[in-house]
Order: sequence, then structure tokens, then C-alpha cells
Amino acid sequence: MTKEELKVTLEQLLPSPAFEEGAEWTTVVIDPAGWEGTARKLRSAEGLKFDYLFCVTAIDWKTHITMVYHLTSTVYRHTVVVKATLDRANPVIGTVSDIWRTAEFHEREAFDLFGVEFKGHPDLRRLFLTDDWKGWPLRKDYEDPVNMIKL
Amino acid sequence: MIEEVGTTETGDLVINVGPQHPSTHGVLHLVITLNGETIKKVEPHLGYIHRSIEKMCESLSYRQFIYVTSRMDYLSSHINNHGCALCVEKGMQIEVPARARVIRVLMDELTRLASHQLWWGAMAMDIGALTPFFHAFREREAINDIMEETCGARLTMNYMVPGGVMADLHPNFQKRVIEFIRFFRTKIDEYDELVTGNIIFKSRMQGVGYLSPEDAVSYGCTGPTARGSGVSCDIRKLYPYEVYGQLDFQEVTATGGDCFARYKVRMQEMRQSISIIEQLIDNIPEGEFQAKTKAVLKLPKGEFYSRVETARGEFGVYIISEGGTTPYRIKFRSPGFSNLSALDHMARGHKIGDLVAIMGTLDLVIPDIDR
Repeated sequence: MTKEELKVTLEQLLPSPAFEEGAEWTTVVIDPAGWEGTARKLRSAEGLKFDYLFCVTAIDWKTHITMVYHLTSTVYRHTVVVKATLDRANPVIGTVSDIWRTAEFHEREAFDLFGVEFKGHPDLRRLFLTDDWKGWPLRKDYEDPVNMIKL
Repeated sequence: MIEEVGTTETGDLVINVGPQHPSTHGVLHLVITLNGETIKKVEPHLGYIHRSIEKMCESLSYRQFIYVTSRMDYLSSHINNHGCALCVEKGMQIEVPARARVIRVLMDELTRLASHQLWWGAMAMDIGALTPFFHAFREREAINDIMEETCGARLTMNYMVPGGVMADLHPNFQKRVIEFIRFFRTKIDEYDELVTGNIIFKSRMQGVGYLSPEDAVSYGCTGPTARGSGVSCDIRKLYPYEVYGQLDFQEVTATGGDCFARYKVRMQEMRQSISIIEQLIDNIPEGEFQAKTKAVLKLPKGEFYSRVETARGEFGVYIISEGGTTPYRIKFRSPGFSNLSALDHMARGHKIGDLVAIMGTLDLVIPDIDR
């Protein structure tokens, strides 16, 4: 499916999607409250079949946190980027680790480094840092006078 | 973590392997729940070599950050650098000269060979065969020498820069690569004679660590790990970059899904890499090895993603730029991280000795996972 066709299909499938222009792939901004339902549709809808989640990450914009999911279909070879805007003081979004198993590790990483809470995640613990670590290192306001070297 | 060690109420034994253990090749820590000798659960504990490279890169310029990425997957350092250079070039719309594109592909494939050689030796050693390790390192040494002449380094190359490569090829490069390929063609058959047909080796590998195609995709496995399950996922074929689109080579897949299938894929991939090098080594175009770029690189506001195929699978670079001289945020999608997440699924129900074979065929590089 081309970028335009994909956009039309997603408009029909998802409730009130907003599209971002100018990127390499079709980029859709969704409501974080309904993310699990949306994810299930993307995974199984005929003609879409986004079965391969190849990148999950978060971005700290100082006013809010954005979750970014990169999805590809191994059947049709089209790609979509899904974004969800979260409240920075209390970032919560549903887990998709039961839909794409790879998300289990990737979500733990986002929790570890950004403090994003994934509702329903089977094992949400810190992944790289020790369990008693304070703070979320990849946030922009993180300060660590001991371990961080300012360049 | 200490209290996890011991016997559980159901009589299962919880043991730790690593962080320092000969079979883990790096500081990987596994907490394994055993019933007798049967694995019930494997839980990787990561972070022993976590340096927060992504945070570091936020304060480095677009020229500097590439050097840090050599320290992630150090066995594919050229290819990591390549992925980053591609992403910056995509953002700045830099046209790379033809000579540099061919040099890059040659270096990528030599790196892939060196990486697979080390994997072959180390994996055979894990299984209990010590000799292959010395064979593999003897041949790998030749590649290291070639790299040293041109790049000035043997492990962390830092040779690819935005716009091309850092320096032109050494005058000896072509001659030495041709010599090496001629020599290695005979050696790879020797590898097969030495290990592949061995009955003990086969019985350790066949039917062990099965991964179905659906699970491979769901777990985000890429590279030989997924291709051993028959999943077509070679970025060089699916989304060709540089001159890969014009080359004649095959994407190697196998259908077994077990350790032996993954082993066969990597062995065949070495032959494909040789074929790619042979196609290019006599046809390196003359001309510039680097495009003219500004001293200070600035990416326009926006986001850029590039994907390349390392020896372990799909490596992604995701740059979010605010228009400055440093990235606002950078994410590295490392292949080993996703491949490792399938370890628990593959190892359940097998014996503890099989875990070493499964880990061997996943070809884990821990700095690539921890970043």
C-alpha cells in the first residue's frame, strides 16, 4: 500500500486519527486511552496486518512525553509510525506486549529510562538500571552529578 | 537478586549464570529456574555494560556521535557507523560518491565475515569443540590486518563519516582482499568438514531451541535468528541501500527454526558475503571517497530513520532533530536486544546444556544489547 492509500485505510479504521506530514512513513497520532484496541486492529485488520513492531521508544518534549511505535507488515511490506502523547507528570499507556511480544522488553526499557507506566505489563521492572535507581535518566531535566559527564 | 537463588516451594532450583561466565561472552546475567535439569524459565538481567549511549549522543555533534556507536556492536562496528552515516545523509540530503558507496559495502561485508567467523569459533567452543576457535581466529586475523591498514583500527573502526568514508583505501587493499578471499574459500569448506557434519555437534543442535516463524516476527527477531525460521527479513534485499540493489546475491533462509538452521544460515551467509566482495573488488570506481560537506552539520527539524543489516540483524537509527547541531533525541534499535527477548521462549523445556547452544546461535553481543 502506498502512503496515501494507507492514510485512507487508517482514516476509516481508527476513531479520529490525526496525521503528521513530512515524514518518511505515514505517521498517525492516536489517543493513548484507546491504544490497545487500536493496536489490535492494526495487527489483525485485513489489508494492514502490521505484525512486526520494530522500534518502540519515547521522547521527552519537556511539556509532554511522546511514545513512538514503528510498525511494519511482513505480508504487505508497508510501514506506519504511531505516536501517542502522554502527560509528563503521570505518563500512562496500555501495554501491547500481548500483541507483539517484543514490546515486553522495549516497554521495560521505556519505563526504566523515561518512567512511562505500561498498564497491564506482565513484568514492569527496571531493565538496565538497578532496582533502587532514582529518576528517569533519558528525561531532559535529569541530573546526576556522579555518573554524568557534561560535554 | 540474592533471595532469588535457592530452592522454591515447588522444588525448583533457581541458579545464576553470569554476569561473568565463559558461555555468555560478555556480562550477561541469567537467572534460570530449573526442575532437575529441565529449564522452566530464563530471565535475563541486563545493564552490566549500560553506558546510556543514547543520552551521550544528545550532547555530541552529528560527526562525533558516530564514533560512540562503534562501541555498541563492536563486531559490526563498520555497519553501525554506516547506519548512523546513512541517517545523517538522509536528513541533510548528501549525495555519497560512487567510490565511497562501493568501499562502504566492501567494508560491511568484510565485517560480516569477521563477525561470523568469531561467532563460528565461539559457538563451537561453547558446544565443547575447542579447535574451531583457533581456526576462526586465524582467518579473522587476516581481515583485521586488512582493516588496520585502511582504517587504522582493528575493532572500533570509525571509518564511515557523513558523506563517505574518512580516508581513501590503502594501496594494498585490493591485492590483500583478493588474496584473502582466495585463501578463505578453501577454509570455509574446511569449517564444514570440521564441524557441520559432526554427529555429536548435530545432535546438540538439531531440534533444539525451536522458534516458529510467527514467534520470530512477534519477538522482533531479525538477522540469521529469524531467517533460520524462514522469515525473510534481510534489509539488504528488502530496502536496499548503497549498491546492494545492483548486486547479485541471495537472501539465505532455512526452514528448520532450530539451532542447526540458524547455524546453516550463517555458514551460507559467509559464502554470500564472499560473492559480494568478489563482485565489487575489481570494480571499485575511481573518484572522490567523500562528498564535500560543511564543517558543522545541522539536520533540519524533523525525524529520520535509517535501517541497515548488521551481522546480527536489523540495526535502526532514529534521530529526532530540532534543527540544531546535536540530535534532540536518538534511539538505536539494536538487533541483539530483540533477539535476546526470545531466549526464554526458546529455552523452556530444554536441558540446561542446550541453553548454551541456543545462546551460541543467537550470537549475542552484550554491549549491543545494553547500549
